[in-house]
Amino acid sequence: MALLEVRDLKVEFRRRGEEPVRAVDGVSFDVQPGQTVGLVGESGCGKSVTALTIMGLLPKRGPHVSGSARFDATELLSLSDRQMRDRRGRDLGMVFQDPLSSLNPVVPIGLQVTEVLERHRGMSRRQATVEAADLLDKVGIPDPRRRLDEYPHQLSGGMRQRALIAIALACRPRLLIADEPTTALDVTIQAQILALLANLVRDTETALIMITHDLGVVAGLCDEVNVLYAGRVVERAKRHDLFAIPRHPYTHGLLSSIPRLDAPRGDRLSPITGSVADNIPWTTGCAFAPRCPNALDVCVEVTPEMTDDVGVPDNRSLRCHNPVERAKRDGEALV
Amino acid sequence: MTDTLVEVQDIKVHFPIKRGVVLDRTVGYVYAVDGVDLAIRRGETYGLVGESGCGKSTLGRAMLKLTEPTAGRVVFDGIDLSAMKGEPLRTMRRRMQMVFQDPMSSLDPRQSVESILVEGMRAHGLDTDRQATAKRLRSLLSSVGLPSTSLRRYPHEFSGGQRQRIGIARALTVEPELIVADEPVSALDVSVQAQVINLLEDLQQEFGLTYLVIAHDLAVVRHISDRVGVMYLGGLVEEAPSDLLYAEPLHPYTRALFSAVPVPDPIVEDRRERILLAGDLPSPARPPAGCRFHTRCPWRQRQRCDTERPALREIAPGHRVACHYAEDIRAGKIRPHAVEPELVEQDVTGGIGPDDPLAGPASVTEALGP
Ligand SMILES: Nc1ncnc2c1ncn2[C@@H]1O[C@H](COP(=O)(O)OP(=O)(O)O)[C@@H](O)[C@H]1O
Ligand SMILES: Nc1ncnc2c1ncn2[C@@H]1O[C@H](COP(=O)(O)OP(=O)(O)O)[C@@H](O)[C@H]1O
Ligand code: SF4
Ligand SMILES: [Mg+2]
Ligand SMILES: [Mg+2]
Repeated sequence: MALLEVRDLKVEFRRRGEEPVRAVDGVSFDVQPGQTVGLVGESGCGKSVTALTIMGLLPKRGPHVSGSARFDATELLSLSDRQMRDRRGRDLGMVFQDPLSSLNPVVPIGLQVTEVLERHRGMSRRQATVEAADLLDKVGIPDPRRRLDEYPHQLSGGMRQRALIAIALACRPRLLIADEPTTALDVTIQAQILALLANLVRDTETALIMITHDLGVVAGLCDEVNVLYAGRVVERAKRHDLFAIPRHPYTHGLLSSIPRLDAPRGDRLSPITGSVADNIPWTTGCAFAPRCPNALDVCVEVTPEMTDDVGVPDNRSLRCHNPVERAKRDGEALV
Repeated sequence: MTDTLVEVQDIKVHFPIKRGVVLDRTVGYVYAVDGVDLAIRRGETYGLVGESGCGKSTLGRAMLKLTEPTAGRVVFDGIDLSAMKGEPLRTMRRRMQMVFQDPMSSLDPRQSVESILVEGMRAHGLDTDRQATAKRLRSLLSSVGLPSTSLRRYPHEFSGGQRQRIGIARALTVEPELIVADEPVSALDVSVQAQVINLLEDLQQEFGLTYLVIAHDLAVVRHISDRVGVMYLGGLVEEAPSDLLYAEPLHPYTRALFSAVPVPDPIVEDRRERILLAGDLPSPARPPAGCRFHTRCPWRQRQRCDTERPALREIAPGHRVACHYAEDIRAGKIRPHAVEPELVEQDVTGGIGPDDPLAGPASVTEALGP
């Protein structure tokens, strides 16, 4: 059974005097125990709101949530604040893009870790301090004992992100959600943090939801990938399948838009045309239709449903009336 | 006429770190750029990469004399700008323009697109005939892919990608030869980023431009540049033609940087060998002695690397490297070893961060002066 089952999740922000914003518009996906699942898409497609909804961290006023998010057979969306806080201490951990704003600036790093250990794992202060140093060491913070007494601003961006990971892992969660954990970091530091995350989830068998706009990050890390567009999953496949044969025109377009480090100089990029401002509502048809090179008349008239690709070896679902041919991409050999 | 359009020679930009109630005491310097030599050829795209804070923007600004270099020379089209001031400098500046990362903060929200575009032309006396100006603006808009109805609209009415097009059009109004583009696509989503990259390539063809493209994204720089320079802590550590640098990066830092960039291809990712650097970037206010990279370098050799700063030297035609052991590393004579991460204390009160608004002007016209 899936560890997490998200079904038809919708989140709408309603503000008086303003058009309601459909941030998440029917997202469904599963996470198996120990699996790393990617949520990938461009800014504004609803990745963070999806994560915050699962974690019960949406602002109290404003958002209107429907659908379901079942964790280990418990419906998270109907838990009380207290129950949810308890869950977060026990089963769910989260790492954000900006560690500085999610760490308490006036509390030393060590105390922020020991607090979690005392509250959620019932340790004594003494035990917790030893364990905290151990955790900081595990996430690669040099000289961890000394770091316990330091404040977040005394750490570099990379070290702060490590500290945040240590805090998230302190309660030994079964599911960790990392929302763009390396986007604010330089690329050599990003590589350190990604390697760290990969090792930690492997060693502790923690399931990971990796949220990113960077398809490169997904390519190296995720077992399964969900591509989001305008608040919905438009394609889901195993990592190798998705990149070898992108079937949704949006996925295909994204991959042709990215300059690749290993592509020769002079190869011209083939960008997706237009911008998200051109989208049509999902209720009308396919939101991507106005930008889609494959669009047919039906695309602006009928909403495409998520369907499985049948009769093929890979296990893939997509939401598209006219997917990209299952031919080779850019002349690469199929594997 | 030389092949070189612009050249910097041993250029340095050191920002004083001030302390005291009225900031009257200089307690040290941020060695933002610390002795860089590079030349950009007419018509080429030179890419500058490196991690945040390594001095890319400062070098770009010093090249345009938007920031006064502490030492060294800037030579543009054979003319030494070092001592140049006032009117002659202002006239020269028409020939070199800048495009910024965040189009919103570099465009005045109260100005219409027309007024934004005409401003620079007016400053340089190019707006003499109303009809000619109107015609030129229309043709520029079409070059950057905006509808001619854009002229009456305001920056907030455009998307991020369109605003970047306005920023590019603004730079082009004065018919520059050199464009310094500082992180021109890093604020954009990948689909829009690709549109702007293609646009920059087209405009270079159309107007015969020379580019200095500054970016932290190595894949973008490699894609767009003819030659690439890699910076680390205020210095150039390697320079080579784009394809050669990718095929044979010689400096240990370049190798680490290349190996760290994620490639959207699981087959490549699974096979890749990563060179993970230990620890953080040292502070440019306290750069390490010797080779600035020695505190994190997996190939570091005792003594020499710790004490002697390697010069940038030509190792093969067009390939310059600042590493004592580049040949040995290439030949595999010395092998990488583990590095203990060093603690890098954060400078709590010190220098201005790279993202600080103080680090850049609000608009080109502000930067260029009246
Ligand atoms: N608190 C909020 N109030 C109103 N709209 C919001 C709020 N948070 C997010 N949104 C909107 O919801 C959409 C999805 O946002 P988000 O999930 O943050 O996107 P992503 O993380 O994929 O970049 C965006 O259009 C965003 O503007
Ligand atoms: N106006 C300034 N005053 C003081 N320090 C500065 C100023 N501008 C930049 N710096 C510092 O110089 C160093 C290099 O900055 P910058 O050139 O912006 O780097 P990059 O563009 O490579 O990120 C950084 O440490 C930065 O904090
Ligand atoms: S000079 Fe030494 S420390 Fe510097 S990059 Fe080369 S081997 Fe590494
Ligand atoms: Mg987000
Ligand atoms: Mg910069």
